[in-house]
Amino acid sequence: MELFLSALRWIFDPDHWQSGSISPLPIQDRFLEHLRYTGTSMAIAAVIALPLGFFIGHYGRGRQFVITFTGAMRALPTLGLLYFLLMVFGYWLSFDTAPLVGSTIAFVILAIPSMLAGAYSGLESVDRQTIDAARASGMTEWQILVRVEIPLALPLIVGGVRAAALQVIATVTIASYAGLGGLGRIITSGIGLNDYDRILGGALLVTALALVVDGLFALVQRVTATPGLSEHRPAAPRRTISRSPRPRTPKIA
Amino acid sequence: MKWTRENLDLIRELTFNHVQLSILPIVLSFVIALPLGWLANRNRVLRSVVITVGSLLYTIPSLPLFVILPLIIGTRVLDATNLVVALTIYGVAIMARSAADALASVDKTTIDASTAVGYSSTARFLRVELPLAGPVLLAGIRVVSVSTIALVSVGVIIGSQNLGYLFQNGKQRGILEEVIVGILISLLLALIFDLVIVLIGRLLMPWNQSDRGGPSKRIAVPGAESQLLAPSPGDT
Amino acid sequence: MTYSPRLGRIGAAVAVLGLASALAACSSDDPTAPSDEVASGETIVVGSFAFPESEILGEIYAQALEAADFDVETKFNIGPRQQTIPALQDGSINLIPEYNGNLLAFYNVDYTERTTEDVDAALVDAVAVDELQVLDSAAAEDKDAYVVTRATAEANGLTAIGDLSALEPFKLGANPQFGELGYGIPGLDSVYGVTDVEFVPIEDFGGPDTVKALVDDSVQVADIYTTSPAIVTDDLVVLEDPESMISSQNVVPLLSDAVYSDELADVLNAISAALTTEDLIALRDRVEGDEKASAATAAEDWLKDNGLL
Repeated sequence: MELFLSALRWIFDPDHWQSGSISPLPIQDRFLEHLRYTGTSMAIAAVIALPLGFFIGHYGRGRQFVITFTGAMRALPTLGLLYFLLMVFGYWLSFDTAPLVGSTIAFVILAIPSMLAGAYSGLESVDRQTIDAARASGMTEWQILVRVEIPLALPLIVGGVRAAALQVIATVTIASYAGLGGLGRIITSGIGLNDYDRILGGALLVTALALVVDGLFALVQRVTATPGLSEHRPAAPRRTISRSPRPRTPKIA
Repeated sequence: MKWTRENLDLIRELTFNHVQLSILPIVLSFVIALPLGWLANRNRVLRSVVITVGSLLYTIPSLPLFVILPLIIGTRVLDATNLVVALTIYGVAIMARSAADALASVDKTTIDASTAVGYSSTARFLRVELPLAGPVLLAGIRVVSVSTIALVSVGVIIGSQNLGYLFQNGKQRGILEEVIVGILISLLLALIFDLVIVLIGRLLMPWNQSDRGGPSKRIAVPGAESQLLAPSPGDT
Repeated sequence: MTYSPRLGRIGAAVAVLGLASALAACSSDDPTAPSDEVASGETIVVGSFAFPESEILGEIYAQALEAADFDVETKFNIGPRQQTIPALQDGSINLIPEYNGNLLAFYNVDYTERTTEDVDAALVDAVAVDELQVLDSAAAEDKDAYVVTRATAEANGLTAIGDLSALEPFKLGANPQFGELGYGIPGLDSVYGVTDVEFVPIEDFGGPDTVKALVDDSVQVADIYTTSPAIVTDDLVVLEDPESMISSQNVVPLLSDAVYSDELADVLNAISAALTTEDLIALRDRVEGDEKASAATAAEDWLKDNGLL
């Protein structure tokens, strides 16, 4: 409808891609900012969540902790968390750095649950017999983890990272209210000016980014699937729901 | 604690509003997603359609959707309906896939057996498939519940009167306590809703309480396990 | 077959669900119920902008009207004018405390009126297109202002907005609307010839973030409203506006024609007659300063002190 066409025209207007324009333009600057925030926090979250998930998944301990923790983390209201961290860091840091530090921490906190769950469930889904065989043939625990479990679990691990990426992208959008840049700035300036072109244009840009990222991860998931091992084939029960389908993650932003 | 003591009425009112705004989308999501899930289960094409559309809706950022909705559905800008509709859309996007997967997970042999015993297709759906798909459906609803409650507070930016006000007002006036209270109550609500949903699950599906080992034991703690598994939005 | 226990369980589940739905449905605020059409004498829905001062003013209006036996609802914290005017247009709210200059600017970007009398007169016709009207304006004013730290002012000899050319290039922090307003970035250029400005949008309407940005020197100039307690507490300097780029900004009630009544006008005009700029500063200090009083309490106390409650 007309709204969409108008927004599309706004997006593709060359004026809006001019360097040096007044904030929130140009579009490419906001785009790059958005990617930068997402990438940085995903990297930090991965460093924390993946090793933890592997550890717990390999030894099978702390599963109750993982369940409770991920559940609680997902219940955190995004705006509240952002403002809280902003206020706390705003006390010590300057106007320029406080939003960045506070927001990045928020993104990391929101990305960890999905990555943790992905790593854990990925490892959990590996057929016990395979692991036993590996152990029997003399592999060390570390070798089993790195050479057997992780490769077999890759699609699920990547799935966790994929879900985290989507959540971070969505949260970065809201973070413009906490002083951050990114595509959200286009949306909030649109709301502030009652300019539907900007609101819808910004929304379309974020959606497009999310879909592209989602698609790329889906590809990676397919590519990393071990040939001959179907994702949905019931594994011999270790701690597994053989038929349990994959549920959704909560939308948090 | 001073601020909290002086503003109990405000907190109560905002929490009540927040609860109201959350319940309807959760219930509606389930009611709408169930038939969609059933449809998606019928053939591969429908399944692709339902899942793809669901994924697409899921990636729409919430704030612009809240703002644009009045234009699309003709409500007034401050109507709570905007929030409810948007949250229901997200809830359905999450739940439809869950419902499809839940119904797909019912053992084919059981379905065949029930047909053989003489159940009509409606009766079979209500008495066999639905109960067996129950635990996974429950897991899906729990995710929808957590998601909805957290998202409601974003609505404050378009003037919705809910717990999000505590975040915005707390920041504008520099009252950290107000923001913390808002977060804590949000978490508390999520927990309470989760417990209620689990309770309803236990009431409706008492057969999951048994101490049998193996896979069914997993299903007996609905949602906990499923919440772990990484979702794969969009993969068909 | 054990029907009874099963039915009992299902019944219990239905009861729980029913309770939940009843909770959702039975309240004054049913989200899906169609809203009442407001006719004269019906519910007054008072709105406010999304910053504390506006909420205080909204509370003042709401409490005074309630005391005068009106049916009052409040929908505070809506957003900037770009959200409140549509809310007035579609009937979501029907009364809001406004600022005459900026309100006129919203309807007529190139308005030339500057004094209170002129602006008020021009407003009558301007808002009539949306079937809205204004009542008496108050002496109380809250203006946008170009504000710098005392250090910046002294280092660069800044007393008026025009002096800012000595500071070029600099960063200016303000709400997003500032980039397009006649007294904002465009006005800075056209009226005072200051052009080398980097605009930094800050979402909090001259609130703590804006003040912090100024104090931290992340921006050298900020748009902070004249009633802000921070001007005193952080020793900030308000630059003079000799060209009257920023017009008067008196508090004025904006309402839809549908709810006008003489009784309503009496209540609101009495408030306007009593409200001064010093009052606004004091009220904001109570709510945003150390006391952190709620807007409702501060409003109530003001009404009582002025014999209006």
